[in-house]
Amino acid sequence: MNTDLKPATSYIRLDTEGNPHLQGSRCEVCQAVFLGEREHCGRCGARSKMKPVALAGRGRLYNYTIVYRSYPGIKVPFISAIVDLECGGTVKGNLLEVEPDPKQLHFGMPVRMIFREAQLASAEGAGYIAHFFVPDGENSRD
Amino acid sequence: MTDVYIVGIDMIRFGRYPERTVVQLAADAALLALDDCGLGIHDVQALYSGNIGETMTGQRTLQLIGQTGIPVVNCTNACATGATAFREGWIAIKAGLFDTVLCIGVEKMAPGMIVKKKVGNEPLPAEGLIGSETMPAVFSAVGLEHARKYGTTLEQFAQVSVKNHHHSTFNPKSMYQKETPLEEVLSAEMIAYPNTKLMCSVNVDGAAAAVLMSERRARELGLMGRAVRVRASALASDAWSPRNQVMQDVNTVSRQAAQAAYEMAGLGPEDLQLVELHDCFATAEIVHYENLGLCAEGEGGHLIDSGDTALGGRIPVNVSGGLLSKGHPLGATGIANLYEVATHLRGTAGARQVEGARIGLTHVVGLGSACAVHILEKN
Repeated sequence: MNTDLKPATSYIRLDTEGNPHLQGSRCEVCQAVFLGEREHCGRCGARSKMKPVALAGRGRLYNYTIVYRSYPGIKVPFISAIVDLECGGTVKGNLLEVEPDPKQLHFGMPVRMIFREAQLASAEGAGYIAHFFVPDGENSRD
Repeated sequence: MTDVYIVGIDMIRFGRYPERTVVQLAADAALLALDDCGLGIHDVQALYSGNIGETMTGQRTLQLIGQTGIPVVNCTNACATGATAFREGWIAIKAGLFDTVLCIGVEKMAPGMIVKKKVGNEPLPAEGLIGSETMPAVFSAVGLEHARKYGTTLEQFAQVSVKNHHHSTFNPKSMYQKETPLEEVLSAEMIAYPNTKLMCSVNVDGAAAAVLMSERRARELGLMGRAVRVRASALASDAWSPRNQVMQDVNTVSRQAAQAAYEMAGLGPEDLQLVELHDCFATAEIVHYENLGLCAEGEGGHLIDSGDTALGGRIPVNVSGGLLSKGHPLGATGIANLYEVATHLRGTAGARQVEGARIGLTHVVGLGSACAVHILEKN
């Protein structure tokens, strides 16, 4: 992985080998998982009980929409996916390598997270790394 | 605590007013509402002004119609802004602070898609990179979640748009008054699957205003004849729900507000004769049928199919034409919905009158989230 790339979001972390993952927080009191860093729990209100967790790189498609009209300058169509990750947490991201066609998308389909240069999806993304999802072929047999 | 009554309420026709300012539109609506009950600005003891796009809108409105020095509160609460301003006025009368207050909702909108302001410290704009955050995308996901759970079809969502556009043909204050048959709705440009362009609300300019009064003052002034009683006013913010951080949850917040309103009124959905709910996108109306208890869980698709929510049906919804056709000037929408229900309770809704309407409910949701529900009763 090219560690020269800067994170495109505040919740991307690189491990010591330069491998990226998404950073989450888990409440030690109620176990709620949040994307990114939190100081206090938005679910139960517990103070200073949030522990950082590395979010899983696999999950299942909970929901999506196919975006045909977006803000000026944004390339369309694209699939905006909501993914429930293994071990907790829900993340939004673009689902790639599938036709943007409802017939190709199935609720609950396995997906895996990949990291690529953000320029793939955003003209301003040169030099940045971001997370995306792709269908998880290996996991689809179970 | 006193009962609170709407004694005057009105709205300007929603549309495009390039030559008029936000506060001129607010002033127009305020004077219409005052005329509706025969009062003047000197009778008003406080102003609650709802507007998102500008600041100090309430004070600047009074500069146009009478700077009487009364307290002014400016409210912003996304698409629940107007209803929140109305509710603040209701609270003040309930508390016994005032007998007569004015509540205004107003907005001028640029045509086309709302571009969200950047908040927080993210390095790059998220749109198109980390999925989508456009309003059509958010509410398309709301619809597809319902489809995932209950098998709701694209045609059922589209029928909402057919119905509400049909209703608007009877409303002279609607932005559009045009039939949109199912084939036209389905074949319109796809904005975010499953919402086509005709399943998205119209960004327009608009203003609406209400004069609220304590029961004592309304009796003193002989205004009870046309007064509409506010049976319940409820406001909720979004309680935590599992995916709320990345997928807007308009259901939990709506259910909280609806439940609180029904409890306050001592009424249930079976007691209503009409509803104006937040159909910012066609997909939203179906989920809100269930959130407001108009049908059982999972039955929203069947409810639109049954015709029960059309004018003449069991529980007509959005007979004004709704946000989909009447238009959705964000800060004005909440009070415009109250105007619609009050007009039916007064029996003056003309060709779209819901016969025998005694009790009606209004619902708006502002993303982020805020939900306001009001229940009104014919006096």
